Amino acid sequence: MSREFAVPFHWRRFRERYQLIGSKCEHCNGVFYPPRIVCPRCRRRGKVKSIKLSGRGRVYTYTIIRTPPEGFKIYTPYIIAIVELEEGAKILTQIVDCMPDEVYIGMPVKACFRKIKEENESGIILYGFKFKPDTQAKQG
Amino acid sequence: MNASFKPIRKVAIIGIGITKFGEHWDKGLKDLAIEAGIKAVEDAGISGDEIQLLVGGNMSGGLFAGQEHGSALLADYLGLNPIPAIRTEAACASGGVALRVGYMAIASGMYDFVAVGGVEKMTDVYGPQAMNTLAGAMDFETEAYYGVTFPGIYALIAKRHMHLYKTKQEHLAMVSVKNHEHGARNPFAQYQKRIKVEDVLSSPLVADPLHVLDCSPITDGAATIILTTAENAKKLSDTPVYIIASAQASDTLSLYARNDLTTLSATVHAAREAYRQAKIKASDVDVAEVHDCFTIAEILAYEDLGFIKKGLGWKLIEEGETMIGGRIPVNPSGGLKAKGHPVGATGVAQIVELVKQLRGEAGKRQVDAEIALAHNVGGSGATATVHILSR
Amino acid sequence: MIGIVGYGAYIPVWRIKNSEIAKVWGSNKAGDAEKAVAGVDEDTTTMAVEASIIALSRSGIDAKKIGAIYVGSESHPYAVKPTASIVAEAIGATPELTAADFEFACKAGTAAWQAVCGLIASGKIEYGLAVGSDTAQGRPGDELEYTAASGAGAYIFGEKGVIASLDYTCSFTTDTPDFWRREGELYPRHGGRFTGEPAYFKHVISATKLLLEKTSTKIEDYDYFIFHQPNAKFPLRVAKILGIPKEKIMPGFIVNEIGNTYSANVQIALAAVLDIAMPGEKILVTSFGSGAGSDSFSFTVTNKIEEKRHKGVPVRELIKNKKYIDYAMYAKFRKKLRGATG
Repeated sequence: MSREFAVPFHWRRFRERYQLIGSKCEHCNGVFYPPRIVCPRCRRRGKVKSIKLSGRGRVYTYTIIRTPPEGFKIYTPYIIAIVELEEGAKILTQIVDCMPDEVYIGMPVKACFRKIKEENESGIILYGFKFKPDTQAKQG
Repeated sequence: MNASFKPIRKVAIIGIGITKFGEHWDKGLKDLAIEAGIKAVEDAGISGDEIQLLVGGNMSGGLFAGQEHGSALLADYLGLNPIPAIRTEAACASGGVALRVGYMAIASGMYDFVAVGGVEKMTDVYGPQAMNTLAGAMDFETEAYYGVTFPGIYALIAKRHMHLYKTKQEHLAMVSVKNHEHGARNPFAQYQKRIKVEDVLSSPLVADPLHVLDCSPITDGAATIILTTAENAKKLSDTPVYIIASAQASDTLSLYARNDLTTLSATVHAAREAYRQAKIKASDVDVAEVHDCFTIAEILAYEDLGFIKKGLGWKLIEEGETMIGGRIPVNPSGGLKAKGHPVGATGVAQIVELVKQLRGEAGKRQVDAEIALAHNVGGSGATATVHILSR
Repeated sequence: MIGIVGYGAYIPVWRIKNSEIAKVWGSNKAGDAEKAVAGVDEDTTTMAVEASIIALSRSGIDAKKIGAIYVGSESHPYAVKPTASIVAEAIGATPELTAADFEFACKAGTAAWQAVCGLIASGKIEYGLAVGSDTAQGRPGDELEYTAASGAGAYIFGEKGVIASLDYTCSFTTDTPDFWRREGELYPRHGGRFTGEPAYFKHVISATKLLLEKTSTKIEDYDYFIFHQPNAKFPLRVAKILGIPKEKIMPGFIVNEIGNTYSANVQIALAAVLDIAMPGEKILVTSFGSGAGSDSFSFTVTNKIEEKRHKGVPVRELIKNKKYIDYAMYAKFRKKLRGATG
């Protein structure tokens, strides 16, 4: 039995995780994920609003997790990557539908909806975004 | 945003105490802290009644041992009541931050005798739970949530560093080999076994490209130092060691939010601040204890502390410059890798080693040093502290 | 006229060959059929979302205009807590809509089509989304393990921007327990040969004949036929019995390549046909759900199809985008390794 949070802890993040909603600061044009209230560059001078990110990007760096934390054993080994989205923001995520030796820095990827983990056998199922190879984008 | 840095007086270390680092099945959180505390007071040659403030670094007494409010626990069991006690937490930099608070307490004129300690008890939970607790050092909702582990985060840094620069797997392994060589000369280190590069590369992969032997272990341990004014130190100690710089800086909690994944800008800022306070350059440092939670972190530290230019960290290890006997010995204690990494204790343990070095009490690890630097990092670099000590 | 406004199919990348399964159970089963397998982080909900996003993209409508979402499956991840509300949140359709999950073995998805069309016809909603999605549970060593597959098909119905009008629908339903799964059981059970004549053939043929009768149409009037495909033999035999030429069956015939995706079965097959059908052509679809029942539909493709269908990847390409796994990996993905560390 791994540690479980009460449902609201996850529930309040459902929308931004399901739909990949970030923030854009209209003052400096910075794009951020996860959504921020305070623009880290402009601080009080910033004007931050929600935007839906396109979900397209490239792998910036990656690793293969072979010693997983609680609740992730069944998915092991899995690819963790930092993806640079086309809007400029970077995001930490998993790369799926891809063998560990197929992923590379610069690989074009696009967001998909997947299961993140199950909160034990009887807890809720956590969903969110992961990224898979974008076969339609230009390579390299 | 530099610190104003107008200390009223100079701060000195007059006592040090440390437990052996390792898996202590028979000692709990408070047992370790008491052992280190008593050793420090005895080493200082004081009775303990002089101590006016206790500052303890501890990352996660709660999740590791069910115990928050560690400050009260320690003050009580060390027999220090009713003096004030503060617990500091900044993940793996909890110890370094505890020292910052202790330093500021004396430098500001508020207190004359301060005990600064760090303790972590990590083996009262099973492996996966320990990993989960350490994951709290990252951005939990947007990093740990997706299943990245702490080694995974540093592996992301390593992959990027190896992509941009000439850093290779072998360089990472060399860092581990060096630190094990140093650890073998340290009776307090968790590991005293020498290893070879092949041993590192053939050890199981934890998160590509990091192998088991690239990663610091799960450790129980505690360390304590006694601080006082320079004036008191001259009367009480034959070998006072002075803190000539105390700096700290912050960066984004999450790794992905940074512009350059291969630089810990918190280290860069803290180091710059520390050199400014001490009025020295990086090349003036004779010996350093840096935060090698993973081998790649030590390579980054060489660059971010200014020992060598960005991207060339691999050169220092390849050319043996950071071995004891080299141009700039790094982690003579064995580092986090071989000495062990009881998270909250590390920042203070680094000071214990450097004080031994400056006093000439380091035995087979002795470096001829006047100026020593301690570098402590929290999480993937969201907090960094840099302290500079001198004779 | 009410009809399909957008459609989307989702097939996971993983495939296991029949020969690989046969090897494990010591069978000399011939042929090069294979089936699609959901990845370890996929389930009925994730696939339903992916298919729905494509359907939404093809429809060109704002998700907030969807008034109802129904998801049919026999592998809903929760026994209690609807898949449909998660789909609704993931595609941005919340909160002004109705939603529920359906179950009727392999025809839960087409039952959802009928429900959604009913709401539109009665003027209660403008658009409705009906999804069939399954990660079918194949009992290890059972005959059905060769075909129990994973996939999803999503359909948005409405009255504006219709690409295939729904001319008529009717159903044939009886209490025929040919295949079932009790609450808490991991795998279904079935009646062996009883699943043929009294179940599949009786309901599929009866529903289809009923549709032809009610619409006063003949076999010759239709350009494509899609029957539920539990295996390669059954739908082809229905075609023979009804006198349907094989060319009208093959465009939607995908069971040898992806297996039986249960509630997504005719959904994905229809998508394969919509990917290529021309304006004016007629499609007859009859689903089958064990327990038992068949829903029959008559669609006519409109001239709007060509401006919309390119907005999603064609089924034949989804089929080609594959990676093979062996039985060991398959057992891990489909959680057949009970008691594995969490």
